Amino acid sequence: MTDLHWLPEMPDWRARLRGLADRPGSVWDNAVSLAGARINFVLTNALDETLRRSMSAPPEGVATKPVRLAVLGSSTLTHLLPAIRVAGLRRGIWIDTYENDFGQYWQELSDPASALHAFKPTAVLLALDSHDLTAGVTAAMDIETANAALSEVTERIRATWRLARETLGCPILHQAALPVHLPILGNNEHRAAGSRAAFLTRLNARLRVMAEEEGVDILAIDDRAARDGLRAWHDAGLWHRAKQEVSHAAGPVYGDLVGRWVAAKQGRSFKCLVLDLDNTVWGGVIGDDGMEGIELGQGSPLGEAYAAFQTYARELSRRGVILAVCSKNDEANAIEPFEKHPDMVLRRGDISSFVANWSDKAGNIRAIAEELNIGLDSLVFIDDNPFERNLVRQELPMVAVPEVSDDPAAFPIALADAGYFEGLSVTDEDRERTSQYRGNKARDALKASVTDLPAYLRGLEMRLIWKPFDRVGLQRIVQLINKSNQFNLTTRRYTDEDVIAVMADPEAFGLQLRLLDRFGDNGVIAIAVGRLQENKDLLIDTWLMSCRVLGRQVEPTTLNLIAQKAGKLGARRLVGEYIPTKKNGMVRDHYTKLGFTAMETGPSGGSRAVLDLASYQPASTFIHVTEG
Amino acid sequence: MATEAEIHAALTTIFNDVFLRDDMILTAELSAKDVQGWDSFKQIEIIMASEEHWKIRFTTRELDALRCVGDLVRTIASKTV
Repeated sequence: MTDLHWLPEMPDWRARLRGLADRPGSVWDNAVSLAGARINFVLTNALDETLRRSMSAPPEGVATKPVRLAVLGSSTLTHLLPAIRVAGLRRGIWIDTYENDFGQYWQELSDPASALHAFKPTAVLLALDSHDLTAGVTAAMDIETANAALSEVTERIRATWRLARETLGCPILHQAALPVHLPILGNNEHRAAGSRAAFLTRLNARLRVMAEEEGVDILAIDDRAARDGLRAWHDAGLWHRAKQEVSHAAGPVYGDLVGRWVAAKQGRSFKCLVLDLDNTVWGGVIGDDGMEGIELGQGSPLGEAYAAFQTYARELSRRGVILAVCSKNDEANAIEPFEKHPDMVLRRGDISSFVANWSDKAGNIRAIAEELNIGLDSLVFIDDNPFERNLVRQELPMVAVPEVSDDPAAFPIALADAGYFEGLSVTDEDRERTSQYRGNKARDALKASVTDLPAYLRGLEMRLIWKPFDRVGLQRIVQLINKSNQFNLTTRRYTDEDVIAVMADPEAFGLQLRLLDRFGDNGVIAIAVGRLQENKDLLIDTWLMSCRVLGRQVEPTTLNLIAQKAGKLGARRLVGEYIPTKKNGMVRDHYTKLGFTAMETGPSGGSRAVLDLASYQPASTFIHVTEG
Repeated sequence: MATEAEIHAALTTIFNDVFLRDDMILTAELSAKDVQGWDSFKQIEIIMASEEHWKIRFTTRELDALRCVGDLVRTIASKTV
């Protein structure tokens, strides 16, 4: 099957469609949003019909040019028209369509009084079916007769293009023939001069040469069907029943292929690919795993898959797509593999804008667009982490964010299938683009961004489930304590026995925290260990957290819990300790940010800070806390 | 195997989507003459949407034999064993 797999599912899609007409002022914007979901042909038709009931013309003030597309063909194409219109909608482009009377495209082109001319198309799609194109071709033909038949068909198509250009004066998109015919000879089908299958293969090759001569663009459904499998595109039974060559199920993808062309013609293809790093460009977390620990390149299938994704991104950049990086990391850690890792395919010089810090990604993506001086609507952002994807989708709906699994082998496929970077040609300028950006752009420090983060966090419905250390969690607790480097205040490493000792100590507590949200279970993401001192201070011996959940208010929520547990042990103050390492610079000011008072700073940069429990007011957050 | 009740429920969603309604009540006897707009085009949509949903393919004979919703439910049930 073939579907819009790179688009996200939208659980309340049907309810939103039903409510589309209720808010007359935002029908168009809401329809564009609904078109951005993964919908099949039935829902595509439903969206098209619902929108057209509310609006019969493009809304005023839309930045894109409306398109009047004449779809001309020799068989039934009616079922594909809603998908073409919705594909325009997905790109914010209003498309009106016209379909010729069955089989009458040549007559209508020739007759200035025809309905086709009255429609005044601004673009033409010529979609000839493979039965029509091979009419009369038979295995009884010898090579000369078959060649003559091929010339006749190609010249007829050339004449149609010229007639359309002369009479309508608009750009032409020609659909390649769908290879629906079955072989009669086998592997060496090309030797059967009159084979209809071989005829279509030759025709499609010839069409591309001729399209170059005539300035026509090709709709490559033959290539697409080769990747999806012909059966995803063509149903012989449906052809016999209704003379529909492209099946309904393939409609949304067919429409999207046309929509890409329409957008590319208006210069509205995406221009820049923004890459997350950890678990997107390499396997693992560079800040924790280090250069030796990340998975990349030969040695593991996963490492090879990441390298293959990098290769695809580099190939895109070599034909003119700009590459950028947006990563939650210390900048020095993030850059190191680009400069020193032997298996990195992408190098620092391939990246035109490199942003690695701990701010939220929506704000950072805004900064990337600003630095590169391109519109946010020309950015594609790829990230393995569903939290980041959804944050960016919500904050920056104009940025394309492909839905991907955690399998890097699927990343290049998602980008290719989505066709974000649809181009009509490759110029010398395209091939040099990256070096232009590289030369011009300095990496400015990022400006503070204005993202409505609270609204997003509230909508996440986060739940933090805490438990004292226990045997069940032992393995994960020890793993986290020994693996976390970045968000780790003291970097004290514990063995199994050390953790078990904390469980048994009445003057100490160990907390394991699990975070859930509406997108799923993030697992145990933070650990804290507190020890009561003789002077009734509670020393926070260990506090660490997975960087995946940064910026989600887990820190103040954890402090609330620590304060509560400390109070139960009879503590009067909390004492927080920071021991600097090469990797934990991000938490240097952790305690003062949470309202602690700095107490002392050691010669190596370590520090202590205190919090008086009597006057401590628990922070209010969007996280609901329960004991698990 | 999908039970007839499960098939009924999923088909109701498909019919609502195809006819842009939210109040379709499917009965075994329901057929094209009972529903406004149920033409051969919509018939194909219902069939293709069913094929997509249950990941099945109807044969030409099976399609020719469909007269009512009950036929469709039984045919789907027989193909999802």
